[in-house]
Amino acid sequence: MEKYFSFEAPIVEIEKRIEELKSTTGLDDNSPEIRELRKQIEDLKNKIYSNLNEWQIVEISRHPNRPTFVDYLNSIFSDFVELAGDRYFGDDKAIIAGFGKLDGRSVCVIGQEKGKDLDDKVKRNFGMPHPEGYRKALRIMKLAERFKIPVLTFIDTAGAYPGIGAEERGQGEAIAKNLFEMAQIRVPIIATVISEGGSGGALAIGVADRVLMLEYAIYSVISPEGCASILWKDASKAPEAAKALKLTAKWCKEFGIVDKIIKEPLGGAHRNPEFVFNNLKSELIKELKVLSKFSPEQLIKMRYNKFRNIGAYEVK
Amino acid sequence: MMAEIENLWVKCPECGTVMYTSDLQENLSVCLNCDYHFRISAKERIELIADKGTFKEQFANIVSTDPLNFFDGKETYREKLQRTMERTGLNEAVIVGTCQIYGIDVELCVMDFNFLGGSMGSVVGEKITRAIEYAAKHKLPLIIVSTSGGARMHEGILSLMQMAKTSAALSYYKSNGGFYISVLTDPTTGGVTASFAMLGDVIIAEPKALIGFAGPRVIEQTIRQKLPEGFQRAEFVRDHGFVDIVVHRKELKDILYKLISIIYNNSR
Ligand SMILES: [Zn+2]
Repeated sequence: MEKYFSFEAPIVEIEKRIEELKSTTGLDDNSPEIRELRKQIEDLKNKIYSNLNEWQIVEISRHPNRPTFVDYLNSIFSDFVELAGDRYFGDDKAIIAGFGKLDGRSVCVIGQEKGKDLDDKVKRNFGMPHPEGYRKALRIMKLAERFKIPVLTFIDTAGAYPGIGAEERGQGEAIAKNLFEMAQIRVPIIATVISEGGSGGALAIGVADRVLMLEYAIYSVISPEGCASILWKDASKAPEAAKALKLTAKWCKEFGIVDKIIKEPLGGAHRNPEFVFNNLKSELIKELKVLSKFSPEQLIKMRYNKFRNIGAYEVK
Repeated sequence: MMAEIENLWVKCPECGTVMYTSDLQENLSVCLNCDYHFRISAKERIELIADKGTFKEQFANIVSTDPLNFFDGKETYREKLQRTMERTGLNEAVIVGTCQIYGIDVELCVMDFNFLGGSMGSVVGEKITRAIEYAAKHKLPLIIVSTSGGARMHEGILSLMQMAKTSAALSYYKSNGGFYISVLTDPTTGGVTASFAMLGDVIIAEPKALIGFAGPRVIEQTIRQKLPEGFQRAEFVRDHGFVDIVVHRKELKDILYKLISIIYNNSR
């Protein structure tokens, strides 16, 4: 059975009734009774999903059936060639990088992949990159820059991996270097937060001319669980922390972090992935057209000002 | 830390030796027995580095607001800031300004761990960015002394973006001939490590300072094992290639002067 959330229970209830009616009375989908129930479901969905709280959105962003980066990669791009390795230490499979075509033009595509089944998840370290992942991403971006190919990044990570090897090989330095270099990459960069934008590990591929975010994605300085354990020594208070952190797309847009929210179907991307792929694809094509009108100097200047102006303070 | 120093006696947290507070202060807050470097305030650090009377503070009038209306269940972020300002006499976790080091003009930023764990929110990001831009405009070498637990969660995503902002400013500064020395002191972790702290042309650390991206407790919880002795200490980070020099506090000013006069002033 498909996983559903407690706040979706009323919908599941009606869906069950429809199935029961169909099997006991032989009514089909066109009967007035069933059509009435279906309408009730639609109304309920509209009501429930237009009033989701922060924690419910966190849950949707982590839904096990939610599309991951490879799904976007396969649906939006053609002729993709994956390139591996940072040329110093190894290849980090939490980040997939390479070149392909979008609507006929060459693009550089880089994204964080959490993995599908358990083996794949382990191979990809559940989408938590090591320094070599960030260094690979930077190497590929620099290659794109040389051949004037725009860069599209896709963010979905709980965060950069906190481990012994990651620290020994300079996790902090790797992230910092990407922020430093991406500020001056001379081609358009568009970053899309597809599910989970976890802290510095997300931002390390997120310095861009345009930042897009899916409707039920989250983007945060710290995970709700991490925040709750620092504030209240209790990770189970994550729902309260999610509320306090204001980590939803709506808030990120409000704060000027995100330029555009990509609409998802009611209930989340997993309910109709094609809908999201198409929306995102046409948005990427549109944004690239706009960005390609600027010179490298203009791009760098605009990118600088975009991040330069972020912050909330008063001058007394 | 300050409370201990105000008392007559102080005990070294590293070796347990008890000594006179006045003797410790005389020794730049370095343990007389084991060379443990006690954490010091931004003001003490500035006194240690700047020629007497030359430090001129800049951008001191920039203060935090509460963009998220953050409430931790006990107090609002605004109340927390107010309380911290009164307790520390600081208005943020960084002091920036110009000063001279043996007569050489420099731009200096010093963080203070006493102010919300040296965390970086909008004001820390903005003051450091303005300092970098000032150094670029006036062709000054730049020194940032870091101590921080990371990005400040009370300002949410806005804090995270200060990493991008300060790193972009350094990118601009360095491509315009700037020379940046990063000084890492105990502890330097999280979003500060993953932005300006690790971007120095030269990176100096104080002995045994904790330096890392993830905090040791988070790592232990993730990998479910004890961390090796000396892990994430300044000497360890140097031996893995991410710090140039581990410098005793009493030599810090001389090393800064040497680096600037030999490397940077050669180009001018
Ligand atoms: Zn000692």
